[in-house]
Amino acid sequence: MFYREAGQFKTSYKADQAIFTITQDKFFVGAFLVIAFGVVPFFIDDYWANAILIHVLVYALAGLGLNILTGYCGQVSLGTGGFMAVGAYASYKLTTSFPEMNFIIVLLLSGGVTACVGMFFGLPSLRIKGFYLAVATLAAQFFLVWLFNKVGWFFNYSPTGMIVSPPREVFGFLITGPEASPAVRYLFCLSVVTVFALAAKNIVRGRIGRSWMAIRDMDIAAELIGIRPLEAKLSAFAVSSFYVGVAGALYFNVWLGSAEPTEAFDIFQSFFVLFIVIIGGLGSILGSFLGAAFMVLVPITLKTIMVDGMGFAVGAAKHVEVMLLGALIIFFLIVEPHGLARLWQILKEKLRRWPFPY
Amino acid sequence: MLFFLETVISGLMAGVMYSLVALGFVLIFKASGIFNFAQGVFALFAGLALYDFISEDGWFYDLFGFALPVWLGIIATMGVMVIVAWLVERLVLRHLVNQEPIILFMSTIGLAYFLEGVGDILFGSDVKPLDIGLPQGASDYLLDNYNLYVEKLEVVAAVVAAVLVIVLAIFFQKTRIGRALRAVADDHQAALSVGISLRTIWVIVWSVSGFVALVAGIMWGSKSGIQFSLSLIALKALPVLILGGFTSVPGAIIGGLIIGVGEKVAEVYAGPFVGGAIENWFAYMLALVFLLIRPQGLFGEKIIERV
Repeated sequence: MFYREAGQFKTSYKADQAIFTITQDKFFVGAFLVIAFGVVPFFIDDYWANAILIHVLVYALAGLGLNILTGYCGQVSLGTGGFMAVGAYASYKLTTSFPEMNFIIVLLLSGGVTACVGMFFGLPSLRIKGFYLAVATLAAQFFLVWLFNKVGWFFNYSPTGMIVSPPREVFGFLITGPEASPAVRYLFCLSVVTVFALAAKNIVRGRIGRSWMAIRDMDIAAELIGIRPLEAKLSAFAVSSFYVGVAGALYFNVWLGSAEPTEAFDIFQSFFVLFIVIIGGLGSILGSFLGAAFMVLVPITLKTIMVDGMGFAVGAAKHVEVMLLGALIIFFLIVEPHGLARLWQILKEKLRRWPFPY
Repeated sequence: MLFFLETVISGLMAGVMYSLVALGFVLIFKASGIFNFAQGVFALFAGLALYDFISEDGWFYDLFGFALPVWLGIIATMGVMVIVAWLVERLVLRHLVNQEPIILFMSTIGLAYFLEGVGDILFGSDVKPLDIGLPQGASDYLLDNYNLYVEKLEVVAAVVAAVLVIVLAIFFQKTRIGRALRAVADDHQAALSVGISLRTIWVIVWSVSGFVALVAGIMWGSKSGIQFSLSLIALKALPVLILGGFTSVPGAIIGGLIIGVGEKVAEVYAGPFVGGAIENWFAYMLALVFLLIRPQGLFGEKIIERV
């Protein structure tokens, strides 16, 4: 009844190709952004910022990056944790070597460094694909983490081997370090993620995105219609790694504040992001956000219910949580292999005809 | 020279251990095209169950007041693995037929999480020393006569792996079920059309890989105790698979040996120059370089694609 586009006529190509073509969608997304930018910061506290909102935003960005590679270009990567580490360490080296540099530039540059590393590790994708490629990217994961753990230059020879994010300001507001307020950090993450999500949406709709999708659907056929696999695959690796690198930089600087490579960027990080992409929906920008929200919120909810609500011991609750998470993942894959984004789409279809389906 | 020989031998033995896990992967991949990430957790789960049956501090002892002898414990654990295989087919695979490989892969990661949680809840998460009477310590004969230090347990593992491969080869080549398994591996649809039940085959093949996981669990458990890190050896089995090819049983063994030796030799001779601990990634790099030359692995079937 309310969600119906009857009577909304498009009179130009521009209107026809807009991201949100239906007025209700525009209102909904607009209202969502207004609340996220205008209302949430006034009510945010440390727990909400750290445990939930920034957590979701950072992983949504990493999920976006992996979705570009896996969902749009069809190249499975298990090296996300390693690439996040590259972003984090690049930002650390940049911001400690050039303290005057604007933090936004630091973010972009560390994304660029990660893009280069990603392209290098993407080279094997020209010869191998599928699971062989997935295992090849594991080489990146283990090698990069080992590198950051062993070579002192990367962590400025700090005796503990940890990297700690120094306090930095953007437009006069402190965004990193322990003194930064949760609202500012949240807003910074939100702005970065919004800009990048918009950019991603437009990249995948354009020429490059289409060539990625052609490669994903069948690379030999794509080659035959004139798409260069070298260009398409490496650009997917570059853009994806750029996103993942920025996510890694945010993860380390804004969210964690300090990091140690073997724990913060281990292989489970890679699996976690891959889960976000698959649960959220392969080849969907919205899916990355839904997936990140799901993968972050479900364990927290389960834990709260079990520990606070049912009085489980923390250790036992952890095991049950792992078990339930596994079961939920299988359940979702069975119910809807195309992810939460697809469920959302089905819901919208249903909503158009609600409450009179005939 | 002696030191080099010792390094190579210990590498070979470590390689055998990797092969044991890789073997389970290959079996399932051949029969169902599923890349079963849960294989390592299978080994962990089998080890935990076995420990529970034969030791005096598991709930089996609490329930019945006695612990099973080792051989009966192994049979009982095998029963558990068959039940797990049946449940996996019934609850997971059946609903995911015809999905893309990556979806199936993710579902096995979900399975790995689930089994890990179940194992921890049922059997507890502390390290359990598994002792089923396998010989421990260094081999005196080799130490006295050739001054070589070789663990007895590793020799046993090598022998067991060899026996396992021979048994599997006979099973695949000579028995009725084995023939059906090979038919399914060759072509699902053709196998269906001559009257082979895919579902039964899947249960069988997951049970067989459960059996392989049990053997791997026993070997790793006797070596370093049954603990969570056992499920991580699945990751080490991946480069082995790549090297040997996903679809080849001998490939899994030879790949394991190459990785084991390469890793040990590199760690001992190249490790000190770059700060050590290169064991963690050397296997992957080796596999990566190898893939660039031969994308289908040593013994894998040549990948042919048509538009």
